[in-house]
Amino acid sequence: MVKDQEFLEKKASYCLSLAKKLGATGSSVIVNNSVSETVNFRNKKLDESNRSDDLGINITTYIGKKKSSISSSNLLDDNLNILIEKCVETTKNTPEDEFNSLPDKDLLAKEVKDLSLYDDTHIENDQKIDYLKKLESAASNDKKIVNTESSFTQNKSNFILANSGGFCAGYKTSSFTASSVAVAKDEKSMERDYEYSSKCFLKDLDDAGELGKQAADQTIRKLSPKKIGSEKIAIIFDKRIGKGILSTFASAISSSAISRGTSFLKDKVNQKIFSDTINVLDKPDILKGLGSRNFDSEGVKTDTLKLVDQGILKHYLIDTYNGKKLNLKSNGRCGGTSNLYFENGNISFKDLLNSKSKSLYITETIGHGSNIVTGDYSVGATGFLVENGEFKYPINEITIAGNFKDMFKNITLANDLEFKYATNSPTMMIEGMVVAGK
Amino acid sequence: MYMSDFFEKSDLSRSDAESIISDTLQKCDDGELYLENSKSESILLDDNKIKNSSYSSDLGFGFRAISDEVVAYSHSNEISKNSLRQSSENLKSTLKSVKGTYNHEIPKSNKKYYENINPIEQKSLNEKIKILNEVNNYLRSKDDNIKQVTANFLGEQKSVEIIRSGGETLTDVRPLIRFNVSVMLEKNGRKETGVYGIGGRKSYDSYLKDDNWKSVCDEALRIASVNLESKPAPAGEMKVVLGPGWPAILIHEAVGHGLEGDFNRKKTSAFHNLMGQKVASEGVTIVDDGTIDNRRGSLTIDDEGTPTEKTVLIENGILKNFMQDRLNARLMKTKSTGSGRRENYRHIVLPRMRNTMMLSGSHTQDEMIKAVDKGIFAVSFGGGQVDITSGKFVFNCTEAYEIVNGKIGSPIKGATLIGDGPSILKEVSMVGNDMMMDPGIGTCGKAGQGVPVGVAQPSILINKMTVGGTKL
Repeated sequence: MVKDQEFLEKKASYCLSLAKKLGATGSSVIVNNSVSETVNFRNKKLDESNRSDDLGINITTYIGKKKSSISSSNLLDDNLNILIEKCVETTKNTPEDEFNSLPDKDLLAKEVKDLSLYDDTHIENDQKIDYLKKLESAASNDKKIVNTESSFTQNKSNFILANSGGFCAGYKTSSFTASSVAVAKDEKSMERDYEYSSKCFLKDLDDAGELGKQAADQTIRKLSPKKIGSEKIAIIFDKRIGKGILSTFASAISSSAISRGTSFLKDKVNQKIFSDTINVLDKPDILKGLGSRNFDSEGVKTDTLKLVDQGILKHYLIDTYNGKKLNLKSNGRCGGTSNLYFENGNISFKDLLNSKSKSLYITETIGHGSNIVTGDYSVGATGFLVENGEFKYPINEITIAGNFKDMFKNITLANDLEFKYATNSPTMMIEGMVVAGK
Repeated sequence: MYMSDFFEKSDLSRSDAESIISDTLQKCDDGELYLENSKSESILLDDNKIKNSSYSSDLGFGFRAISDEVVAYSHSNEISKNSLRQSSENLKSTLKSVKGTYNHEIPKSNKKYYENINPIEQKSLNEKIKILNEVNNYLRSKDDNIKQVTANFLGEQKSVEIIRSGGETLTDVRPLIRFNVSVMLEKNGRKETGVYGIGGRKSYDSYLKDDNWKSVCDEALRIASVNLESKPAPAGEMKVVLGPGWPAILIHEAVGHGLEGDFNRKKTSAFHNLMGQKVASEGVTIVDDGTIDNRRGSLTIDDEGTPTEKTVLIENGILKNFMQDRLNARLMKTKSTGSGRRENYRHIVLPRMRNTMMLSGSHTQDEMIKAVDKGIFAVSFGGGQVDITSGKFVFNCTEAYEIVNGKIGSPIKGATLIGDGPSILKEVSMVGNDMMMDPGIGTCGKAGQGVPVGVAQPSILINKMTVGGTKL
């Protein structure tokens, strides 16, 4: 069982009062507990079970404008005594930084809304096994599938965030996650692909058979890929790749990258960075949302932000420290975005595929090819050649490259947004990128 | 001695633990209790200030039971009688009816590849802060175009104890240090970065003597300066010369992961049916070595207690061995190569790389450059990634030049290079005589677990690779 609020609060207040006693002028503490149970299957048989029970504490102490932090998984009082003493000692010896401070009191979350993030249902390993049997039997139906690996995880977490300014709040969250990875083989090639579903509530999880079939279909269609020549061509990003481009955008508008001057979007607030039709929202209060939250990791309340309005950048993602440095108020984004998404575009997925006589549909990228300082983008990719709206054949061993500054202005979105992850994009087309192949 | 006593402050005595372990594992094929206590410290200078000083201590155990192919694992932060019993029940419930024979055999060695030290305690906080400030001042006084300097120290000490069924106990204490510098230059509205770092399993003093840290700064600044002058990279297939040292992450991605035992037992690696066959050009020999003193990827024993070794993966072009942990070795009827690793007690053991190296050949780098009409010379890389099933891998250049008519030309912008693992080493037409180790900064990710690794190689000439630039 995941630890209750009372236990976590007791630990938190112990730390705050000890830090004060030892000379800290301010402090904040996060105590969390996460219990997860996973069962893995491989080729329709039990392969692995994994139970984890993680308890952790993170304490930051301030002495005036000096700051230091410690973290530990050992919450016994005598260990905490040693660590907090060390933390306060280190704080004393750390140079001042004028922007160090706890969040402003008037920005802290006043209430904790019930966002339906916790499902009390406990699913026994035998039930997980039943789900995985059904999933793997659907995934391995086709003879071309030579290996399947699937997994089911139940996670229950609880946390308390408290600071010496009187803030003390936390809540339980849960997640149920199923995934399946398939390997298919023919005379010429071997390919891998996957499908995945994660929900706060067990009853919302995708059907096992559907998920398995999806994983298998997506793998089989990649067999016998070809390599194409180097050219400039319209790229269509599958939703699971499009969300990565949105995440890169989020890193580039984080107040830390902005205040350090290491982002290609520095000083771009109120300027047009996307095409007219593009809107980006970060909405923390979606019921059962995978990124939903009441407040950020400093306790600052999080409201919905329209980050991009008709192509114009409206906000950075601001925390207390970098906010003070930029002379801006925190907007509750310490720790990043919540439920971040592109609003739907105007055309259907089918019309998007049809909009060019020839395009590339990308289902996977590999490599760490996003540079937020320069905006340069270059990654390895696999996908399909699309001609007149039809998937012609699979493609691999190519790279796609461009610069985000240009790519953002050439985005066309379909109207097929769904909330499958915390960050979501409809299917996205970007024109003007370069493919390198043969 | 810095070895942790895991039972010192617990209601769980060593003999209690041993009897729970033996009781749980008696009919299993393998398994152990893994105890870990790690301490780490991070000090970061950024934007002219000490931005962060943090310390972390992590304690916990992972209890593993294996029956045939099935692995049951349970971990917790709480070292107590109750917690270990709960874990034992959890393992038993997964493995319901087991009828294996516990394999007690584990090789022994007295060799050690690093000293039993706690690097964090060897230098005071004030000394470390002083060096970081000196780094900042040194760099900013060297070049007016410097707009940002980030420098950090990471120090760690990890104590590990492995208790097997029957009470056999193996221990290791592992120091690890890393020092990193990142510089951003801005000139005529254009920004570029340069990053360099060093590290290994030694004390801070081995890395932070005056001339030592200055050379790290100089290298980061040099890379950033080169990139300020870079022009768009070409797109398409061409010849590629790789410099020695860190570019060996090509070896790590292209063939290393594909030669890990688990993917080959499961037949999901592009290499699984190529044992004994020619997978590389003649003259290409690749080893994975855990036994080099003080290297980042070295280990005295792996995380199952097996002493590490130097494993020959490819010898003169022929595939010779996979890297194995105990589970995959048993199922493939071979021996562990001491490659069983985990990020920490929260994770199961997987076969992983240690220091992966291509050995020297006879050519000079100069010969390679001269042999290229049109191509690129790649000197430094960011990260890489591989799809072990299709065999396709990528890595990102952070310093590269075009080669025109046998001469090194202008620097080019960072681009991704993509290739095919099982065929790329057959495209190696020259192996250099200048093998070099990387500076000690690599972390390899697999199944969500990061472990420190090393790479090494001489300069090599590859006949054909796809360069992912924007210039057609």
